Amino acid sequence: MSLKSLPTREYLTPGHRMCSGCGAAIALRQVFIALDKPPIIVNATNCVEVATTPYPYTAWSVPWIHTAFECTAATAAGVEAGLKVLQRKGKIPKTDNPIIAIAGDGGTYDIGLQALSGALERGHKFTYICYSNEAYMNTGIQQSGATPKFGWTTTSPAGKVVPGKVRFQKDLMKIVVAHEIPYAATASPAYPMDLIRKVRKAVSVEGPSFILILATCPRGWRTESDLTIEIAREAVLTRYWPLYEVENGKYKITKNIVKKRPVEEYLKYQGKFRHLFKPKRQDKMIQEIQDYVDKKWQELIALEKLTQNINE
Amino acid sequence: MSKSKKKLLAWNELPIGGYITEPGNAREYRTGDWREGKKPVIKEDKCNNCLLCWIYCPEGAIEREEKGVKINYFYCKGCGICSRECPAKAIEMEEE
Amino acid sequence: MGKLVALTGNEAVAHAVKQCNPDVIAMYPITPQTQIVEELAQFYADGEIDAELIAAESEHSAMAACIGASLSGARVFTASASQGIALMFEMLFVASSFRLPIVMAVSNRALNSPLNIWNDMSDTMGVRDSGWIQIYNQNAQESYHTIMQAFKIAEDKNVQLPVMSCHDGFVVSHATEGVELLEQKDIDDFLPPRKMQFPISVEKPVTVGCVGVPEYYPEIKVQQEVATQNSLKVIKEVFDDFNNRFNTNYETVSSYQMEDAEVALLAIGSLAGTAQETVDKLRKSGKKVGLVKLRVFRPFPKDDLQGALKDIKVVGVIDRNISFGAMGGALSMEVRSALYELKNRPHVMGFPTGLGGRDTRIEHLEKVVEILLKAVREDKIEAVYRVVGCRGPGCINVTYDGG
Repeated sequence: MSLKSLPTREYLTPGHRMCSGCGAAIALRQVFIALDKPPIIVNATNCVEVATTPYPYTAWSVPWIHTAFECTAATAAGVEAGLKVLQRKGKIPKTDNPIIAIAGDGGTYDIGLQALSGALERGHKFTYICYSNEAYMNTGIQQSGATPKFGWTTTSPAGKVVPGKVRFQKDLMKIVVAHEIPYAATASPAYPMDLIRKVRKAVSVEGPSFILILATCPRGWRTESDLTIEIAREAVLTRYWPLYEVENGKYKITKNIVKKRPVEEYLKYQGKFRHLFKPKRQDKMIQEIQDYVDKKWQELIALEKLTQNINE
Repeated sequence: MSKSKKKLLAWNELPIGGYITEPGNAREYRTGDWREGKKPVIKEDKCNNCLLCWIYCPEGAIEREEKGVKINYFYCKGCGICSRECPAKAIEMEEE
Repeated sequence: MGKLVALTGNEAVAHAVKQCNPDVIAMYPITPQTQIVEELAQFYADGEIDAELIAAESEHSAMAACIGASLSGARVFTASASQGIALMFEMLFVASSFRLPIVMAVSNRALNSPLNIWNDMSDTMGVRDSGWIQIYNQNAQESYHTIMQAFKIAEDKNVQLPVMSCHDGFVVSHATEGVELLEQKDIDDFLPPRKMQFPISVEKPVTVGCVGVPEYYPEIKVQQEVATQNSLKVIKEVFDDFNNRFNTNYETVSSYQMEDAEVALLAIGSLAGTAQETVDKLRKSGKKVGLVKLRVFRPFPKDDLQGALKDIKVVGVIDRNISFGAMGGALSMEVRSALYELKNRPHVMGFPTGLGGRDTRIEHLEKVVEILLKAVREDKIEAVYRVVGCRGPGCINVTYDGG
């Protein structure tokens, strides 16, 4: 597979209103480029939804549905069930356009978690794409369950007494994997071939699939718009955002970082971690993040080893 | 000016349920007006058509052609990612 | 005469849904509707329904799934009550704004707090602004018939709106009656398959649920409002059609003994039955009292109601909820509002009755009529509303054996 072999049509058309340099826009373009037929999209309330459908304009050239914030997976479940039964009864032609649910971290880790859990448990055939910019960006950068420790947001600001968010983020992948679905993976738009391969895998499985994509947010992370991909790459190279997949419970790291870079190579770009460096360098806090990243990586290695023979 | 010249319709002229029935009509909207003074320019002699700029563009404003890529300035917001990421350093951000 | 079967209100609903060839059914349990989805699940397990059953993980998700399924073009059904209705509040508005012909059966039950599993209408009255058509059934036979009517009304190309078919929790939902079932072929003849203008289609992609900017939101909402008002015409046509085919008597507003009545009770749901018994009893002692039964609450049949009540001096509305801090229950406030423009508008008094399933008897309604007759004599009502079936100052209570 090469970039040249990929299709040029855009299901998410230019003319959308996402910010200049938006990581989510890049990630979603890559998701759609991966598909070999038009998807049916169910979108949560979020930046993407708002920036692509200001009436009477739509940047979607495929069927697209937005109902509310917390029910993306439930709405997608209904779409899947409706199309399935109508096809079975011969009321509509049999097609297998992939059903893609799109939600941010707020709409997945937090308010959307219940609906996601229910839909995964019921085994609907759909792919849930969570693009995580690690906060509620659409409403102006509030903390979510995905916000990392010490990350600045407007509801976890770094002040004189409290240095940003005081807890580490939820490990959403573990929650998803606990539902024992056929396929789940992490991805980064800085590694498009890896992302595209994973999306193709996800839409091909019989049952639910889940992809968690890191989406740099220049506005929310206080980064320059041209650094979006560089930051998304650094996230992987520092092992902050490991790229892996879990297929029927079997873990596989898809980008092994042998010689990791220190996590501060990733943190230093971002205004949201500025207080760790200025006015004074916070060695202990930076080390805490480094220890966390190291611990999660070791855990991943162990899971990979533990599950390597699981499907034999 | 990128403000649309679409006529404002009455309630009885709209499709049912607030549905938008013209797929992808966002293409009418000139997001190129968002650029603030700098635009990316491809130096064709340096470009080796690796397509990384195409896959990294948030807008889909880089179009693939027979022998290379072309930037569609109607949509380009000037984020600078293509210039930053180009491995051949073939894209420069220039004053408009 | 079709087959007569002993069924509870919930079972009758399930039978009707089965006979309407549903495509997708979202299930979530809550007293007192649970048996509806249980019966449907049993029909499915026995191969009597070909549908996708979604065991949603909450009512909010159930309604979201209904919306997703309905957008695909499927015929969709669900059932809920009380806290479930409250939980899916935001989704009800989405369903109607999307113009989706979802049918939901509701076994009316009071809202928390305190928890109360018994009957009043605080659940559906509480969502009267949601844009759903609301039809209230008096008994199991009506519950059975209304499901079919509901699909037909909802799916009418000039309506395209979701319908709530409501019956009183326990009183109707769990009480067994003789229900006459209709022949499948007659139902199929009455209710054709659903047709949708913009089903999910990659050939004709549609964006549903956009950002309704201020430049457009009012237009989109007014379009919906006009359609909702106009649905009354279709509702009546469907009732007439049903009445002709099946020898029934469905109307938006029905009058009983109103020809020479001075005062009227206005009732909705099963208490219309109790009210009718009360009217019969009081007529025997010469009291000039009549009954108006409201079957369709949304859209509100203002003209029909004016027609029924224009010659009345005092109306006592049997409210089934309290709208806290206002003039009683939702029903009486809307009745008063609907009658306001009449030249000699009647006095309207609200009587929130049977809250939380408090047993309501003829004796209670007799007391109500006494108050109405007093109001005729004095040409004024003693209060804008009085709660019936409650101990304490300002309320009307009746003691009897066990009560």
